[in-house]
Amino acid sequence: MKPVRKKRLQTVLLILVTSALGSFLIIRALDSNLDFFYTPSEIFLEEIPENKRIKIGGMVLESSVIREKTKISFIVTDYQGSINVEFDGIVPDLFKEGSGVVVLGYLKDKTIIAEEVLAKHDENYMPPSIDIEK
Amino acid sequence: MFQVNRAYPYIFYLSLITYLLSIFWGLFLTPEDFVQGNSYRIIYLHVPASFISQSLYLAMAIASAVYLIWKVKLSVYLVRSIAPIGAVTTFIALISGSIWGIPTWGTWWVWDARIVSTLILFIMYLGLISLHDSFNNNEKADKFLSILVLVGSVNIPIIKMSVEWWSTLHQPASITLSEKPAIDLVMLYPLFGSIIGFTGLIACLVILSSKLQIIKREKNKSWVKDYV
Repeated sequence: MKPVRKKRLQTVLLILVTSALGSFLIIRALDSNLDFFYTPSEIFLEEIPENKRIKIGGMVLESSVIREKTKISFIVTDYQGSINVEFDGIVPDLFKEGSGVVVLGYLKDKTIIAEEVLAKHDENYMPPSIDIEK
Repeated sequence: MFQVNRAYPYIFYLSLITYLLSIFWGLFLTPEDFVQGNSYRIIYLHVPASFISQSLYLAMAIASAVYLIWKVKLSVYLVRSIAPIGAVTTFIALISGSIWGIPTWGTWWVWDARIVSTLILFIMYLGLISLHDSFNNNEKADKFLSILVLVGSVNIPIIKMSVEWWSTLHQPASITLSEKPAIDLVMLYPLFGSIIGFTGLIACLVILSSKLQIIKREKNKSWVKDYV
């Protein structure tokens, strides 16, 4: 490689390394702020003040869903910790016991008063028949 | 140039047929998903568009490096001609993702790491186009464009890894190099078909767009006057 090209190659590599390093530092500084939600076990570790809007993500604990008119309450768990959620409204179609959920709301008496409930689905796709065979 | 012209109709029609057949296969001949029902079928647009929007950026980054090191003019023409196509495919990925989100997540937009990093990719494409067009001096424009493309390329691994590094509403990848696909084979075959067909169609757009770019940039050359 000609010297001039070698020098340009070094410049290109320098640009790449600098921007990668820069973004790495930014991402490190932002830390867990880039997370979309807290997990139930994180919630009590982080000492979140009441009335602060937060998002909790995890699984809806099996047989924890209680429906009463338009109100619904359930337990969100990450199998290390869990928290009660109360919600008055319509949950998405994919909301189901044992499947993923993200709740937006605030903490009150160790319960999340939800303003919005979103369903989270995983990366598995298969026809229903295969599911039954399992 | 002339060889590309000759191959072009074959690439176009083959890709078009491949994509349409895969869409038909995916929409009508595959069973519904055990969780998402029929709404998962938008995957045959969303995944190809997302895949292409990131691949096009990688192609731009490689072309930019080639331009900066070897000063190949054609290479930076390619960068400039890919940018608007990248913007369009990223837009399709964002819109189809939004449409998919409504029946599954229960929302069309959230600010999670995957979606925000894809939005940044979209804005970057737009920024690169307007940056290049704002210069009077072509050579300066080319240089700034390629440097900025390289700087922005750090976003591509971030998009890719966003679902692993942070908690997101978006699910992790179903198809990975290291593991068995998390999507059943009856759905995977049409998905592969749609990715291949879509890629071919986008390749055709890149060919057309770069032809335009070459003619625009070389408009004072005698061969262009003969060609047009």
